[in-house]
Amino acid sequence: MLRLLKAGFFTSVQDGGRFGLLNKGVPVSGFMDSFSATKINRLLENEPNAALIEVTMTGPTIEFEAPTYICLGGAEISVTLNNNPIQHYRVYRIEPGDILSYGRLKKGFRNFLAIKGGFKTQSILGSRSQYFPVTDNNCLQDRAEVPYEGISEFEPKISEIKVESFLDETSLEVFKGPEFNQLHDKQLERLFAAEFRVAKENNRMAYQLSETISGHRISMLTSATLPGTVQLTPSGRLIILMKDGQTTGGYPRILQLSDRSISILAQKKFGDAISFKLFKP
Amino acid sequence: MSRYSLSIRPFGAHAVLVEWPPKVDEAILDDILQFTEHLRQHYLKDINWELVPSYNSITLVHRKEMIDFERFKANMEGWYAEGYDSKTRERYLWRLPVCYDLEFGIDLPEVAEKLGMSVDEVIQLHTTSRYTVYGIGFLPGFMYLGGLPSDLEIPRRSEPRLQVRQGAVGLAGKQTGIYPQESPGGWNIIGNCSVSMFSSKNDPPCFVNVGDKVQFRAIEKAEYDLHKIEGEVGIYKLEKTVLDA
Repeated sequence: MLRLLKAGFFTSVQDGGRFGLLNKGVPVSGFMDSFSATKINRLLENEPNAALIEVTMTGPTIEFEAPTYICLGGAEISVTLNNNPIQHYRVYRIEPGDILSYGRLKKGFRNFLAIKGGFKTQSILGSRSQYFPVTDNNCLQDRAEVPYEGISEFEPKISEIKVESFLDETSLEVFKGPEFNQLHDKQLERLFAAEFRVAKENNRMAYQLSETISGHRISMLTSATLPGTVQLTPSGRLIILMKDGQTTGGYPRILQLSDRSISILAQKKFGDAISFKLFKP
Repeated sequence: MSRYSLSIRPFGAHAVLVEWPPKVDEAILDDILQFTEHLRQHYLKDINWELVPSYNSITLVHRKEMIDFERFKANMEGWYAEGYDSKTRERYLWRLPVCYDLEFGIDLPEVAEKLGMSVDEVIQLHTTSRYTVYGIGFLPGFMYLGGLPSDLEIPRRSEPRLQVRQGAVGLAGKQTGIYPQESPGGWNIIGNCSVSMFSSKNDPPCFVNVGDKVQFRAIEKAEYDLHKIEGEVGIYKLEKTVLDA
């Protein structure tokens, strides 16, 4: 297992997500940026959806107890292994007692720590992703222990990859949402011409945007929502649901982010700019 | 069987939304549930499909693959047009115990006053009705219930509370419901249900399905406490009866 000497701002175990319970109101959860997460799992020759540790903004300090191999990806954060800087998207061997320390965030918002074989926390309702009230906590606390199976012999086929980073991308590719056609011209114009910034209210459940568009009086019956659904409130606020987002809602669903755009947005933080671009098939 | 004109629209790359006429209507809900069952039994057997019914819609989500919308839409229209006699799975009436003591029903006196009735009359009315589960969402295990007597309609509180207790039973507009977890909320709280509406220790974690019905039963604090203990050790027996199809 490993131990979190310091948990960091918001550090949680996530895997590919929890499925089959949308009709009970249980969100999918799982990696916020699945593009980065699955890449490092593949590098370790894990199942792409194997459980890893998702780090947000300020990362943890970690002590390993058993030998293994790790790989980091996602947000650019300076990380040291026993005080030596290490790189992202590269496999490193871990010895018992090794200390991994997250430092300064340089670009992006969420970093991922994958481990050979994946983390072995208890799978609840088909997933290891932390989400309250399915799991006891939303995130890992100081001193938390996270189990994995030690392994001392592993020859990765590829030990390092060069990743085309999307951390600088600001344009989110979107589909028309179910209520898109109820928007009027003024709203549409602003929606696709304006730049929006991520509001303070951003987390694994939803990202709100600071700028508004004009409001509406569209009334609809509660219906399903998905990760990446952009809701428009009557006052004109845009709320983009993310992986822990509610499974139903009563606000018009005006846009739907592509999978890749969800990953791009997951790497944005308060104040970062984004814009919407309609998907052209 | 009534047939409706359906609206079928794409919902991103992995999902399709199928909508019935926008009404809160038991006949529509029945048709949605029968069609959902028909799709599950014959066409969307792959476990990667999730079917989410809610009020006048089903959302069909595929966990992995992109959906070829035009083809899928044509299929859906055919599947709906061919009709179905597949029996829906059994639907239940759940009798849920609620303690309306003022310790739990913190807004009950105010609600009674605003509605121009006595506290007992509010409880009486709230427990006589059978509510239909039109959707489950917002929070894990949260039921959207239809069928509130119009005499119990009361606006939500002007100031939402930062913390509403788990199990709190509330009134807001045309809705009544149970908070499955502690959460912020603006509903008027009139009691507390001793049964846990969501527990990841149970499989399935929420016993209610969309299309079931719920009726509340007023209980004393002593019975509430007993149910709580029974629930914790896992011996509480839910009261349910099969609804006629």
